Amino acid sequence: MMTILAIADHGLQWPDAEQFLRVLLMRDYNTRVVVLGVSVLGLAAGVVGTFMLLRRQALLSDAVSHATLPGIGLAFMLMAAWGGDGRTLGGLLLGAALFGVLAIFCVIGLTRYTRLKDDTALAIVLSVLFGLGIAFLGLIQNMQEGNAAGLSQFIYGKAASMLAVEANTIFVSACVIALVCTLLFKEFTLVCFDQGFAATQGWPVGWLDLVLMVMVVGVTVVGLQAVGLILVVAMLIIPPAAARFWTDHLSRMALIAGGLGAVSGYLGATLSGLMTNLPTGPVIVLTATFMFGVSLLLGWRRGVIRRVAAHVRLVRRVGMQHLLRAMYELRESGDDPIRIGRLMMKRSWSIRRLKRLLKRAQRCGHVQAVSDQSVRLTEQGLAAAATVVRNHRLWEIYLITHADIAPSHVDRDADAIEHVLGAELVERLERTLAVEPSRAPPSPHPLAGAAS
Amino acid sequence: MNGLNWTDTDTWIVVVGFLAAAACGLPGCYLVLRRMSLMGDAISHAVLPGLAIAFLVTGSRASWPMFLGAAVVGVLTAVFTQWIEKIGRVEATASLGIVFTSLFALGLILLRMTADAVDLDPDCVLYGAIELTPLDTIALWGWDVPRAAVVNGSMLLVNAAFIVVFYKELKISSFDPQLATTVGVSASFMHYALMGLIAATVVAAFESVGSILVIAMIVVPGAVGHLLTDRLSIMLLISVVVAALSAALGHLGAIALPPLIPGGEFIDTSTAGMMAVAAGALLVLAVAAGPRYGVVSRWIGRLRLSLRVAEQDILAMLWRTEEWSGGAQTSLNRKHIMEALALGPWSSWAVLTGLARRALVRQDAAGFSLTRAGRDQARDLVRTHRLWETYLARYLHVPIDQLHLSAERLEHATDERLQKALSEKIGSPRLDPQGKQIPPARD
Repeated sequence: MMTILAIADHGLQWPDAEQFLRVLLMRDYNTRVVVLGVSVLGLAAGVVGTFMLLRRQALLSDAVSHATLPGIGLAFMLMAAWGGDGRTLGGLLLGAALFGVLAIFCVIGLTRYTRLKDDTALAIVLSVLFGLGIAFLGLIQNMQEGNAAGLSQFIYGKAASMLAVEANTIFVSACVIALVCTLLFKEFTLVCFDQGFAATQGWPVGWLDLVLMVMVVGVTVVGLQAVGLILVVAMLIIPPAAARFWTDHLSRMALIAGGLGAVSGYLGATLSGLMTNLPTGPVIVLTATFMFGVSLLLGWRRGVIRRVAAHVRLVRRVGMQHLLRAMYELRESGDDPIRIGRLMMKRSWSIRRLKRLLKRAQRCGHVQAVSDQSVRLTEQGLAAAATVVRNHRLWEIYLITHADIAPSHVDRDADAIEHVLGAELVERLERTLAVEPSRAPPSPHPLAGAAS
Repeated sequence: MNGLNWTDTDTWIVVVGFLAAAACGLPGCYLVLRRMSLMGDAISHAVLPGLAIAFLVTGSRASWPMFLGAAVVGVLTAVFTQWIEKIGRVEATASLGIVFTSLFALGLILLRMTADAVDLDPDCVLYGAIELTPLDTIALWGWDVPRAAVVNGSMLLVNAAFIVVFYKELKISSFDPQLATTVGVSASFMHYALMGLIAATVVAAFESVGSILVIAMIVVPGAVGHLLTDRLSIMLLISVVVAALSAALGHLGAIALPPLIPGGEFIDTSTAGMMAVAAGALLVLAVAAGPRYGVVSRWIGRLRLSLRVAEQDILAMLWRTEEWSGGAQTSLNRKHIMEALALGPWSSWAVLTGLARRALVRQDAAGFSLTRAGRDQARDLVRTHRLWETYLARYLHVPIDQLHLSAERLEHATDERLQKALSEKIGSPRLDPQGKQIPPARD
């Protein structure tokens, strides 16, 4: 039946030290070519994928890669029918590339001329063309010239057992793709972010689009050999997505993505060279996934840890400012030292949270404990509190005089904005409202919990 | 071709294909509507590690552990995708791509580790062996029914029951999740229920018929339905019909088409692959010939509109020529009409022939002129045109040199009632802003 490739070899085998060094330092000519080829492929995929990710077309490569199968099958049958060798690599890759381009046109046509959305168009093109490919492979099974055994390598890749000439093809084409991307970097950037602007500047947007798509098809087709048609998609998506966590600059993102791609390619190729039974493609992809996970956590632009830390810092700053203002207001109404019970009534905070805030304020030197149940603002705390209260009241007065909001309603709005008023804005408020600089004006409305 | 050799086996293959396709197609409709069509593709690749782990743990190829392992990983795919999208703020399709390729890679390595003893073959998972399903039968009420038919049939029943029971909830949470939440339907519960169902369906189907059929049948039947109708219930029905047609046509194509290829060495090909191709062909048909959203019908609609506009323009032009020449009957030749209205030779011919056939214009040696019926209609058009000019000048203060173009567009879309209302609104004047007479209404 259709069972072409059975993986019934043997389990993993660990290499000895001599083998280890040989592969790692790429002493074999063959290993050297394969490792270099796959690394450069990773680099090219990372750079091309960066543009695709930013254009929100990351999965277009999925449709392209599945669509190459019928191209390969048809090329095999045609070459065999015309009396050639069905497995001539150039012909197979040409067929794959033509069908890859066809798939892109189908996706664009379906989204432009029907009401189907891009995800549906992708899924349709991918599945129908892949089905066609399976049907072609089924036909090839019938042929006298031999079975399709050589063709299934395109589904799973076979970097480890690659011939030098095939590895050379990969190396050269990946270099060409990387070079084209470098030369057209500015143009691709423009097309990526603002097609309309690019068109008004006189760039041939349609052609640039086409060149970018051809690059995608190129990476996919070349990658088929190395990692197979499903995993080549990962090389185009994962490194750019990982790079996005580190930077907001397109050029740096492309560099990082290319670097991550190259590193995963290098590791994948060497590891699978070391352990005879470890498939190349999956190792490359899992290396990339690992680096994605690390970037997701640690990336210093959009990484999770950085974002969480920034959030925690913000929450702390806001809490501290709330505490200082509450204490300042109580002090104004004559509480000095301030009993913690009175402080509790100022805001809806739990006793635990208030205690924690007070402890942190003591550590900063803003607050000193007078007794077990009462605290007092220090000199330094008083100054800090005065700034916050001033921001708060300036905004309140502004809302009352310039936005016609009732004095009883301004407290909450000012509460939200007092933490983010910058020095320049405060200065302008002071000028507009003709308030004395560097002193907190009296509150324009009765303070909660003041009268007792 | 020496006659088609159709046996019971072929019937069973079609039945199994239909059951699997319909089971996938029904929930697939919701994926198409929710813009998650790639979920089928993703899940069917991602379940590989689930299969491998189930095998590693139990050490057998029994169906239940495999099914469970795959279904768990299928749901995890949806969960991980959601996480990466939310926590990492990665775009939805990209995070789907990251998750399923990584899981697939993991699955391949796990398979390689188990490979010592197993014939758990990724190709088998990918292509499936729908041709072999009739061989594996179980007894059901005294009948020998293929196991795959029972599995996929029950999945179809489960899916249909789920959709019938939660029809309203699924509908509202697919089209407007916020509204669903405000009226008390948990959109996220429906989301994960649907994902779980999809995962189970995908796993049940591809274990028997192969993932390629699954990926195609998740999306194509729903997409065809989406192209043909705006009603969800009809879309669901269409998806079942498409599933049946592609199963039958696909298998027919797999056994009947290859012998027709010159060379004579081809006997048959993959049924699953041909079913996907048949579904694709049905989609192309829907794209081309769909009654409302089809490319052809939209083209015809536009063509008819432009012909009607040209028709009305010709009538009005003939009437204005008569007006200039003081009411005497005048003729215009075709070349003149073509030039004045910028019509091509083909469309001017079509329009003039149509007008002559309905006896609105007559053709003589001098060219085309209005008949009595044509004159009535033309006068009406010019009346509408000049009423609009008056209205636009008076109420919208359109400058006088731009009146004509605006009125030209509006006159084609104005019916009798609107014309009457317009005339009443502006007080039935006799002259338009340019001082031309507004012809009286038809009585």
